[in-house]
Amino acid sequence: MKDFKVVGKPVRKIDAIPLATGQPLFTDDVDMPGMLHARILWSPYAHARIKDIDISEAERLPGVHAVLCYKNVPRVMHTTAGQAWPEPSPYDTAMFDRKVRYVGDRVAAVAAETPEIAERALQLIRVEYEPLPAVLDPEEAIKEGAPVIHDEPDCKYVLPIRWDPKRNIAAHVELETGDFERGLREAEVVVEGKFRTHQEQHCCLETHSCIAYVDPAGRLVIRTSTQVPFHVRRIVAQCLQIPERMVRVVKPRIGGGFGGKQSMIIEDVCAMLAWRTKRPVRLVYTRREEFMSAHVRHAMVLWGKIGAKRDGRLTAIELRVLSNAGAYGAHGMTVVNNTCAKTLPLFRCENIRWVADVAYTNTVPGGAYRGYGVTQGIFPMAILMDELAERLGMDPVDFWKLNTVREGDTHPIFEKLGEVGKGVAMRIESCSLPECIDRAAEVFEWKKKRAEYSKPQSGPVRRGVGMVCVAQGATVPLIDMASASAKMNDDGSFNLLIGATDLGTGADTVLSQIFAETLDIPVEDVIVYAADTDFTPFDKGAYASSTTYCSGMAVLKTAEAIKRQILKVASEMLGEPEENLRVRQKGVESKQSGKRVEFHEIAKHSMYVRKQFQIAATESFASPLPPQSYSAHFVEVEVDVETGEVRVPLYVVAVDCGTAINPKLAEGQAEGAVLNGISHALYEQYVWDERGRMLNPSFGSYRIATTLDAPEIKTILVPSYEPSGPYGAKSIGEVCVNGPLPAISNAIYHAVGIRLRESPFTPDRVLRALKGKSKS
Amino acid sequence: MEICCKINGEERKLCFEPHERLLHVLRRHGYYEVKDGCSEGHCGVCTVLVDGKPVKSCLMFAAQAEGKEITTARGLGSPESPHPIQQAFADEGAVQCGFCTPAMILCAHHLLQRVPDPSDKEIRRALDGVLCRCTGYQKIIKAVKTAAQRIGGEAK
Repeated sequence: MKDFKVVGKPVRKIDAIPLATGQPLFTDDVDMPGMLHARILWSPYAHARIKDIDISEAERLPGVHAVLCYKNVPRVMHTTAGQAWPEPSPYDTAMFDRKVRYVGDRVAAVAAETPEIAERALQLIRVEYEPLPAVLDPEEAIKEGAPVIHDEPDCKYVLPIRWDPKRNIAAHVELETGDFERGLREAEVVVEGKFRTHQEQHCCLETHSCIAYVDPAGRLVIRTSTQVPFHVRRIVAQCLQIPERMVRVVKPRIGGGFGGKQSMIIEDVCAMLAWRTKRPVRLVYTRREEFMSAHVRHAMVLWGKIGAKRDGRLTAIELRVLSNAGAYGAHGMTVVNNTCAKTLPLFRCENIRWVADVAYTNTVPGGAYRGYGVTQGIFPMAILMDELAERLGMDPVDFWKLNTVREGDTHPIFEKLGEVGKGVAMRIESCSLPECIDRAAEVFEWKKKRAEYSKPQSGPVRRGVGMVCVAQGATVPLIDMASASAKMNDDGSFNLLIGATDLGTGADTVLSQIFAETLDIPVEDVIVYAADTDFTPFDKGAYASSTTYCSGMAVLKTAEAIKRQILKVASEMLGEPEENLRVRQKGVESKQSGKRVEFHEIAKHSMYVRKQFQIAATESFASPLPPQSYSAHFVEVEVDVETGEVRVPLYVVAVDCGTAINPKLAEGQAEGAVLNGISHALYEQYVWDERGRMLNPSFGSYRIATTLDAPEIKTILVPSYEPSGPYGAKSIGEVCVNGPLPAISNAIYHAVGIRLRESPFTPDRVLRALKGKSKS
Repeated sequence: MEICCKINGEERKLCFEPHERLLHVLRRHGYYEVKDGCSEGHCGVCTVLVDGKPVKSCLMFAAQAEGKEITTARGLGSPESPHPIQQAFADEGAVQCGFCTPAMILCAHHLLQRVPDPSDKEIRRALDGVLCRCTGYQKIIKAVKTAAQRIGGEAK
């Protein structure tokens, strides 16, 4: 790794002390005079037409200031997906509609002086429903004669995307690279199977929260817990039918996102209530609402097939996918695209056939979730890889190493498919995956454990080990754009204004490290402000593993532009040509004469002395490529064959994120993602009744991992250098969440000989599979 | 109704309706460091110390706080003068989004008061009532160990 001063150092997260000392930094940590409280009325039906709604009694209740329903708001078809314009998600959503499509769909909203009055007002709203047949399963939803969920005539895509709402198909995509049939003919061993992955809620500890008000100039200000402030501004303006210039979106500290806040879930309603009442309005989801009326990771049904030669080389890959969009299609196509575009370029195999459909159902909508399709796509692939290794008599470690990409490789998928549509050709310039596999295997003691647990085991608790590899490309190339502005202050410090959205990941810190490195200053001299659509330049937002890579490059370019201005002023002050000068420790010095001028002197000179101007710059970066980050996952499990319970005592993950700008924060991203993956694999599950109601919308019955569940997670950062990224960096946010689901399935197979192709791996499912195995 | 209690060392009067929980009353009185993650006793981010013991403030009626001493994260330290546990959380990368952090720190504080040099298992048990979705808990556990060492070092 190159020698850096600030980059690559575990700089303390710049907001850590304010957060640890409990400063009021989050959306809901303010009170405003006259603030109203909003509550929403939810559909009790999975599918129903609203024949009529009477809000008059609710409106008359003292203390109620506004009641919204389909009768009194503009009908603007839009998507809630916080994606770059024009969005590749269907415009199939209205703020309020005459139809409800899942239990938890919006019916009406109230703003009142207290939460209690708002709650009482909801009970006074009279709704006459005409219940319709509902369809909850994606395989049923696309059958002939299934109830049509989006029969409204005004739903549409704004991009040319194949879909068929009459058949509940929210998107259809397919692709073939190389010659799949030939690849299959050449295969000497073929494995295949049907797989199912399940829904998962993001479970940010801070639920969706928003406070909207009209400022004294008559503009709408939306303080909200979002990953995508600029997209929220655009979509809210669209929904309210007011000019975008009238809307300002402010993102304070965010209590976790994980994709859940990459959609406009509540801002339109909160904003409309504030706009109508001209009072501040607070709308904060309860935990129950978070489960029932936000977004989830798309559940998918996947059919996979992989062929290989006897020597272990892959010859063909087929993946067919049916994704459960739920009631609305936000992120539907793009997530399913990534089951191919960001999943399969991991493998050294050109002969690929991939077909995907996204089905509407009357369940909670799918949305963005860390991993974004790779989590689902790698599940069948990585289990089939394990099966193939076994069939070929190879150690999985050797088999994965043989068949995964390395530096200098390319892949036909890069060009043929991106997250949104066509991709970009790319040569892999940075990849330390082979070393990741070796180092993780060594730390894990793979060989020893694999051999030991392969011996017959007795007693109720059986041990096993499993491993998988994952790639995840950074950004949506040619679409994602980030920008940064900076200005120099007269003490030689800098304001760095970024639209990038730190969700708790540490992005503000990482980006200030990139800025500080470029100008050779300490991080303390960078004052970060993010993100505020009035004051910070555009950034696509925090998604698609893009902040370090894409926003990082925008910051780097901005710092370089500032540096050029600084050198120009210094040149005049020192009387030496610019090419003799370099920045050095908060100053500029001459390589020839050794003369030096400090940043604060340069700042004052430019402000007060001669040819006065503000040293300032704004630069943008549009991502040209989707460089892949890689991770190798090794997991040990204990399976209790009497109770069916699976425990994970040890997890080792080795990660190639290019240069880790801040190793400590990078480790934190890896560890958090791994535990999220383990929790998804073992504990989390939506339980539905036959009428489409979620039966467990609470942390009491939808369990997520605690300190007592968390294994020891050993993280190994294995650097590579990505030439297109800032100081060699790629991304770290998502890649590690995808490993646990297949790795644990493989380890369970090693421990007790059952292949779990359906997640989660709950005790009942494990016991059923064990019973099935003992019968056969 | 109205009660008197001590919050972060200060005598305070709290006004509320009889049915209200301590969590919501504290937040309404400006103690925003007490977070609301579920309001039903599962997530633990609303934890405060009541007479030194961790309590999920969403499960306690505000009326029950009469005459009690309540400590929140802001009672332990400030940005100018953070408590060693707060400092250790920041130094070890244990703070990601920070929403669970005040509660985690209070639970850690209660543990270290009783067990100055806790084992991994003891730390996990002490923090089991607070959920975190960001960190995977690794760096939080490390931060408690670091804090224990630093506090122990100071005492010697």
